[in-house]
Amino acid sequence: MLQDFKQSLVVSLWFVFLTFPLLVVRVNTIENVVVWRWSNILWVAIGSFVLSYFWRFLLLRRNRRQKQAEEGIASYGPLQAALDNILLRNRAMAVLLVLALIFPLIFDTYQTNIMVTALIFVVLGLGLNIGVGLAGLLDLGYVAFFGVGAYSYAILNYYFDLGFWIVLPIGGILGCLFGIVLGFPILRLRGDYLAIVTLGFGMIFKVMMENWETLSLGPSGIANIDRPGFFGVQMSLAQSTTYIYYIMIALVVLTIIVTNRLKNSRVGRAWIALREDEIACVAMGIDMARTKLSAYALGAFWAGIVGVIFAAKTTFINPASFTFMESAIILSIVVLGGMGSILGVILGAFILVLLPEYLRAFSEYRMLVFGAAMVLMMIFRPQGLISNLRQIYQYKGTKDKTAHD
Amino acid sequence: MTENKHKLLEVKGLTMDFGGLRAVDSVSLAVHEGEIAALIGPNGAGKTTFFNCVTGIYTPTSGDILLHPKGLETRRLNGLKPNKVTEMGLARTFQNIRLFSSMTVLENVMIGRHCRTRSGIFRSIIRNRGVREEEQEIVETSYRLLEKVGLEKFVNEFARNLPYGAQRRLEIARALATDPFLLLLDEPAAGMNPYETSELDQLICRISEEEQIAILLIEHDMKLVMKISNPIYVMEYGKKIAQGSPLDIRDNPKVIEAYLGEEVDA
Amino acid sequence: MEYFLELFFSGLTRGSIYALIALGYTMVYGIIQLINFAHGEIYMIGAFVALIVAGVCTIYGLSGFAILILAAAIAAVYAAAYGYTLEKIAYRPLRGSPRLSPLISAIGMSIFLQNYVLLAQTPDFLPFPRLIPDFAFMDDVAHIIGSPELVILVTTLITMVLLTLLIKKTRVGKAMRATQQDLNMARLVGINVDRVISLTFVIGSVLAAIGGVLVASYIGQVSFYIGFLAGIKAFTAAVLGGIGSIPGAVLGGLIIGWSESFAAGYISSDYEDVLTFVLLVVILIVRPAGILGKVRKQKV
Ligand SMILES: Nc1ncnc2c1ncn2[C@@H]1O[C@H](COP(=O)(O)OP(=O)(O)O)[C@@H](O)[C@H]1O
Ligand SMILES: [Mg+2]
Repeated sequence: MLQDFKQSLVVSLWFVFLTFPLLVVRVNTIENVVVWRWSNILWVAIGSFVLSYFWRFLLLRRNRRQKQAEEGIASYGPLQAALDNILLRNRAMAVLLVLALIFPLIFDTYQTNIMVTALIFVVLGLGLNIGVGLAGLLDLGYVAFFGVGAYSYAILNYYFDLGFWIVLPIGGILGCLFGIVLGFPILRLRGDYLAIVTLGFGMIFKVMMENWETLSLGPSGIANIDRPGFFGVQMSLAQSTTYIYYIMIALVVLTIIVTNRLKNSRVGRAWIALREDEIACVAMGIDMARTKLSAYALGAFWAGIVGVIFAAKTTFINPASFTFMESAIILSIVVLGGMGSILGVILGAFILVLLPEYLRAFSEYRMLVFGAAMVLMMIFRPQGLISNLRQIYQYKGTKDKTAHD
Repeated sequence: MTENKHKLLEVKGLTMDFGGLRAVDSVSLAVHEGEIAALIGPNGAGKTTFFNCVTGIYTPTSGDILLHPKGLETRRLNGLKPNKVTEMGLARTFQNIRLFSSMTVLENVMIGRHCRTRSGIFRSIIRNRGVREEEQEIVETSYRLLEKVGLEKFVNEFARNLPYGAQRRLEIARALATDPFLLLLDEPAAGMNPYETSELDQLICRISEEEQIAILLIEHDMKLVMKISNPIYVMEYGKKIAQGSPLDIRDNPKVIEAYLGEEVDA
Repeated sequence: MEYFLELFFSGLTRGSIYALIALGYTMVYGIIQLINFAHGEIYMIGAFVALIVAGVCTIYGLSGFAILILAAAIAAVYAAAYGYTLEKIAYRPLRGSPRLSPLISAIGMSIFLQNYVLLAQTPDFLPFPRLIPDFAFMDDVAHIIGSPELVILVTTLITMVLLTLLIKKTRVGKAMRATQQDLNMARLVGINVDRVISLTFVIGSVLAAIGGVLVASYIGQVSFYIGFLAGIKAFTAAVLGGIGSIPGAVLGGLIIGWSESFAAGYISSDYEDVLTFVLLVVILIVRPAGILGKVRKQKV
């Protein structure tokens, strides 16, 4: 008791010391003024004191859980149990789908627009999840493929007047091609090197779009991109938004079906095995280069497709939309939701996109919270909000177990 | 005794250097059809490194590794990727267990079927009849293998939650799933209690007899080695110092010295 | 020729700062095989703390070279404290986790620290007071190499010599080398591995802070964002030289500094930041172990 108190006190003092220059003093070297914000000391002291109790509690709980898991006692939350119930799950999905379909009829264009953004991030999350969550390939430049899709529509539309529906598959294929070309040389790198190199690709893409003015019109971006057409029908802004919304719903459903099927297939199992142990994986006869490349390229494919939709939705894109921050947000979606878990990623996308949108006061702290959440998730809940559901297999087996028992 | 049997694996003058360290020094050995051969030697002798060279994890510095599959032409394994080696019918387990820890026991074995099945991305998305049938074949085969090694009651457990001895047997099942004709086992009995060890030696014999799979095993448990394997190869400091039947090996002064040396060191 | 020399020295200056930061990456990676993604942020925090100290001093009427030393000292203390805390919170609980976990945690920390400084201070660039005077004896060569550059070069050199002595000659240094060779073995022979790891973070952070202060007073401004690019460039330097190798980090830093400086001087500065990445990709493909790194085969 006293021990705990002392410890928290020390932590609290330590953080007061640590945050003192940055949180208390604010210098403005332009106007030569110093602002002293003494009250912040109090907040830091109280906050870190309380949090340190919390931190110790969580660590204790985590260690207890780990021990239980080692002894084979599965600890199952009620949510997880409910999700494992297939009947319940299917019903919930049906309800959700109906809700999704009537959403634009109930809410206004503004809300629908926000929802489209959320859905775009759902697809991005699911796409990145193939690489990061399933195959364990940490890609920090995922936004580049999103950018490839967006720019391919913007450019093809600007120079050649190509329509949305033609470019939609082209965007996906281009994303995929970029994934293959970039992935081919780098995918044999160790996981952490791969992260940095992909981060580099993301930056290179942005800088190229900024400087290659003849192609991308530079930092000022490409404007007046056509919205998706519907058999030549003229649409108002509201109608068009609703239309894009339904396109996104269709794409989300398609993505879910495809990733779900892949996850429980021969290919998907190979991805997961690769994430778990590369050496064991190749020793079991899996072609590492091919398996990694397929995961990477498939992820890029979804980013490319959804990039086209993004360009059509905003009708204006510039390089600033494709920074490391976007990659980081998509990564947090996957990490927060649960690596490898489709449902988790969807939930993660909604939380991370909608929360800052509706809690305006919070939006300033958005990246701060995302960063902290990534750390905390890794420490206390590495499986994410919703962990990967296990596939149940049916087998007959041979019933003559005479040799054993 | 082995002259008229078909030679499956032939290693000639295998050498492996790590920087200045010669971990394996011109070792030659052969495994014939139907054999349970053993590779023994004190810790650090280079046995695992030998396995790693044969299975393609390392590319040996020099020497030849030749595989003579029955009815097919001879292949030189040097420099081949591990997955190619496995595809050719040579499977292995690891001394430091390397299971896919957050996959289920069944899925671990199913991974072994990967190189014997074909469904790619597009077919997996469409999931037509062929894919579903293949998937079912994978499941059934894997389940049968679990029964064979006595792990069917753990089928849906996570691999990491298995007891140690069971994990070793799961590694064997996973290797068997790749349909090998030669199986390399790296210290399969390490960390097992005497009861588990005796079960294991039965399992190894059964695999050898029922499945017609030749076996090369590294093992420290002399009782097990002497009981089931013939011939035995002995390594020390990277070199092969002896080979022969269990009786020859037991009486070989070099071998006794090598093992005594280890005991003094320990 | 003069232009060449000017570029040479500006490249050398930049390069030596990359080297200072790269040392932190290399030392941490050498011991726990983790890319400490937040290392660039420690550098940025070092620069910011120095700015705050120097700013407060100048605003309250003090000035001169002594302030620079005071600012650097306080910045080093704070960077060390942040580095230590960072390891304790974000990495230590993740020892033995799957390999992606600490890396993601590191990325999270990097984002967190950047935004923490952004929110606590300002999103804008702040000018850093000019604290390095123009030395009279440098007048003749000032068009090739300025006083700030000289100070940076000398400081870096001294720091590196001290670091080498620390690692080669002291008990602590020996423990660090042993831990780098084989962490588990070091633990078995009674080395307090946790302490060594903490110490590595502290030393790396101090070096980064020194780099931060030098850069800030050289370039003349600081923002919450400077750690990101500098961090990546320094990391590239570490990989280029051979990660885990201390001379490698220095060599890598210099190569990057020079290639940037010459590319910007003779070709164009549009793609300056990208150059590093191109270099990184090429090295990793051609020689993943780096120039001075040893190719280590993973034990199976
Ligand atoms: N990847 C590697 N890099 C450097 N040295 C290695 C590597 N793998 C094994 N060794 C060394 O090779 C020698 C033989 O090791 P190993 O084959 O594991 O022995 P055994 O399996 O007989 O106990 C040991 O000295 C070991 O340290
Ligand atoms: Mg061994």
